[in-house]
Amino acid sequence: MADMNGDSAFVEFDRVQKSYDGETLVVKDLNLTLPKGEFLTMLGPSGSGKTTCLMMLAGFETATYGDIRLGGVSINNIPPHKRGIGMVFQNYALFPHMTVAENLSFPLEVRKMGKAEREQKVKRALDMVQMGAFGGRRPAQLSGGQQQRIALARALVFEAELVLMDEPLGALDKQLREHMQFEIKRIADSLGITVVYVTHDQTEALTMSDRVAVFNDGRIQQLAPPDKLYEEPENSFVAQFIGENNTLEGVVKEINGNRAVVQLDGGEIIDARPVNVTKPGERTRVSIRPERVEYNKDRRQEGVHTLKAEVLEFIYMGDIFRTRLRVAGNDEFVIKTRNAPDQARLQPGQQIEIGWLPDDCRALDA
Amino acid sequence: MSDATQEQTGPMVAADGTPLKKSLARSLRMQKMRALALIAPLLIFVLLTFLAPIFDMLFRSVENQIVSDTLPETVVVLADWDGSGTEAPGEDVFRALYFDLFLAAEAKEHTKLGTRLNYEQVGISSLFRTSGRRLDDVGEVWQDWLEDIDDQWGEGAFWFEMMSGGPADGDVLSSARTRLATLTGDSMRGDIGFEPSEAISTLLPRTAREYTAWAVFTAIEDEDVVAEEDPWEAVYAALAVDLATPGKADDIAAYSGPGAAQLQAVAAQLDSLPPVDIKGAFADIDEDWLAIDNWAAIQVYSPKYTSGYFLNAVDMQLGPDGAEARPENQQIYLMLFRRTLVMSLAITFSCIALGYPVAWLLANLPARKANLMMILVLLPFWTSLLVRTSAWKVMLQQQGVINDVLVWLGIVADDARLVMINNQFGTIVAMTHILLPFMILPLYSVMQTIPPSYLRAAKSLGATNWTAFWRVYFPQSVPGIGAGSILVFILAIGYYITPELVGGTTGTFISNRIAYHISSSLNWGLAAALGTILLGVVLLLYWVYDRIVGIDNVKLGG
Ligand SMILES: Nc1ncnc2c1ncn2[C@@H]1O[C@H](COP(=O)(O)OP(=O)(O)OP(=O)(O)O)[C@@H](O)[C@H]1O
Ligand SMILES: [Mg+2]
Repeated sequence: MADMNGDSAFVEFDRVQKSYDGETLVVKDLNLTLPKGEFLTMLGPSGSGKTTCLMMLAGFETATYGDIRLGGVSINNIPPHKRGIGMVFQNYALFPHMTVAENLSFPLEVRKMGKAEREQKVKRALDMVQMGAFGGRRPAQLSGGQQQRIALARALVFEAELVLMDEPLGALDKQLREHMQFEIKRIADSLGITVVYVTHDQTEALTMSDRVAVFNDGRIQQLAPPDKLYEEPENSFVAQFIGENNTLEGVVKEINGNRAVVQLDGGEIIDARPVNVTKPGERTRVSIRPERVEYNKDRRQEGVHTLKAEVLEFIYMGDIFRTRLRVAGNDEFVIKTRNAPDQARLQPGQQIEIGWLPDDCRALDA
Repeated sequence: MSDATQEQTGPMVAADGTPLKKSLARSLRMQKMRALALIAPLLIFVLLTFLAPIFDMLFRSVENQIVSDTLPETVVVLADWDGSGTEAPGEDVFRALYFDLFLAAEAKEHTKLGTRLNYEQVGISSLFRTSGRRLDDVGEVWQDWLEDIDDQWGEGAFWFEMMSGGPADGDVLSSARTRLATLTGDSMRGDIGFEPSEAISTLLPRTAREYTAWAVFTAIEDEDVVAEEDPWEAVYAALAVDLATPGKADDIAAYSGPGAAQLQAVAAQLDSLPPVDIKGAFADIDEDWLAIDNWAAIQVYSPKYTSGYFLNAVDMQLGPDGAEARPENQQIYLMLFRRTLVMSLAITFSCIALGYPVAWLLANLPARKANLMMILVLLPFWTSLLVRTSAWKVMLQQQGVINDVLVWLGIVADDARLVMINNQFGTIVAMTHILLPFMILPLYSVMQTIPPSYLRAAKSLGATNWTAFWRVYFPQSVPGIGAGSILVFILAIGYYITPELVGGTTGTFISNRIAYHISSSLNWGLAAALGTILLGVVLLLYWVYDRIVGIDNVKLGG
């Protein structure tokens, strides 16, 4: 991914490393290129270095090694206030002693903009987040969601081309969060700004982003559009981290082009698509999405390997059925089936046979 | 359901039928009473130990009962005297003064009054002291005269017999008790084994009054038997005054009670009665008794309550025509108030200037370094105030460390060493040092609550470091500055040890003056008035501060 078309590179991390204490690297060899107008999400477990990357981009932390470029210019030595990057903080960081309108006009004032122009831009920004009537209030008089909108408007009001958001929706409840996700995405698209968005929440990452960078242990594990990330995880961390996933462990028996035969630890043989395995004898983790597993014989394609399974639990979830099985000694094997008139409801204790397309089953690193 | 709601047309009632409002009020009252009972001991303690002394102090600044308590009769008679004229008061005033002062001198209360009046009129103290000793001589003239007529006049037993007997005059006795009780502050109750007779108090009112006063004093203060003691000289003077009343001889002739014979013998020789000129007698004791100023002071300070202390505290005085400015060379307090305020402000500002960066560092350093620094900030609290102040003496004096270093560096000449102590500069430096922690601590606790993300947000919005600080960080730290400033300013305004030690003459505060009046000149009334004004000024400033900044904006933490 690092070698995208050079002309469209707007933000570039070039072999960036970061250490706070001189002993451990918090960010290890980060290479990342964003074209203009992209909505990129950094997703990863806590402590994986997402905020650190964002802070380096914003200028509040300096890279220990490597180069960060904005519009082709290295910004390592440019102080934060000259970078012109909008930022939305997790706790909003709205200035409590200023009204909403004053908060919004602050970045315009420091840019020495005239009063009339300022007022007009503040009004437009407030209208954009549908908070036009709240200009005279103090942040403390707003709800969390409203504060969030104001923080967003403030990051956008000075027409920054790049906006960074660090878990901006972390403090909101689920419903509001979903609404704001949609709102942020809509505004970002309509303004054509480039967004780097940090989150813990994979649903948020998948629904909002053009591309998602999955972080772990200071490295990008995979950088891909949401669908690709979900359907074609490149390693077992990503497969585990994104969405629900079943894993079975075993050893590669043979590889034929894009078919690998894997012998599970319990002795069963299955087909998989080799992703991170290259030669027979390697240990591997096989990953299958729950919704790609099929137990209904009629719906299964011909010629796929099948496995015996015992139903442990059946959960009715409305739109889908979620069934937990014991497969090849794994008690946590989950399948999801769509609620349809012809779909059987399994009973605990029932013995069934399951199968899947070999392409849906990915043999990843152990 | 619907039935119940339809029935509720009148006021809501509780389960027992009483109106809900009343029932609620009752249950709340019970709760309040219980809460009050729980805190009552503490509340009483606070009231007694904290508020009571303050009100006592406020009260002392207007209280002036000592004059009318010590000279009750004089004050009444003197009220008619024209203090702005050139005439000393007449004989009647001096007569009242004589009897008041004689009793006060016996009770040893007259010097207190002298001290009190001396605050207003210099020299009165010694006038009272010397006169008190010599009042006995005044009455002896008539005592000798009476004893020449009949030796019995020198015997206590005869006096006792003459004064008592027959129906008693309770009014005279009870007013004598009240008079002495007011004078001495003791209760003066109890049996004295004497009651003035009604006949004698009608015939010789002044004599009955003074004899009864003597009798009460003798029986209760001296714990002697009235019948066995000889009366004091004032009683003879009182008899002389009564005898000198026109027409008294005829009254005596008509009198038939005890001692009638002796009285009639005296009445027969009235022509040879030494003249009753008490004004002249006072003039003989001291010429100053004829001075208008002294009498004017007594008259002006006769009322039980006075504005004199307050006027005094603002460089004015109470003259016969009301308040007037003091002579230029006696004006000191307004200047001291002004200096106290200005210097306290200077100290507050230098505390802000020095404390702000320190508090900022404390709030922003990593925890371990911040803790170490906090110990350094608190270290001065662990050393004695005197040690710290003395250390500044060592540093600042002309042969001190700083001057030595400056001379050594060649910045100042050896013969032109800087004067940095015993003036305002020294006071400001030492007090700033001593009060600095009181600025740093509230500032620190407020700054600690300001998340660093605000500064980052401001910078990401395009503000330079300075703008981000000034527009975003500083306004949020203002509550800390407010709290620290109020604390430092109020502490500074009442500080007195440090200005006393390093202030010299130009760097002392009003509080030094208050301390002086409390412990040296013992003019507690003036000290109280100065303290009350100081309290008023602080409250006023507090109010102004509330108006401008808002007291809600003061935070000591969180
Ligand atoms: N100022 C700092 N000094 C020292 N170490 C730090 C500092 N900030 C972060 N770290 C460390 O760097 C690592 C990455 O931190 P970072 O804040 O980038 O994680 P994150 O991915 O944003 O996590 P989260 O999702 O919890 O916000 C963590 O191990 C953290 O302890
Ligand atoms: Mg983070």
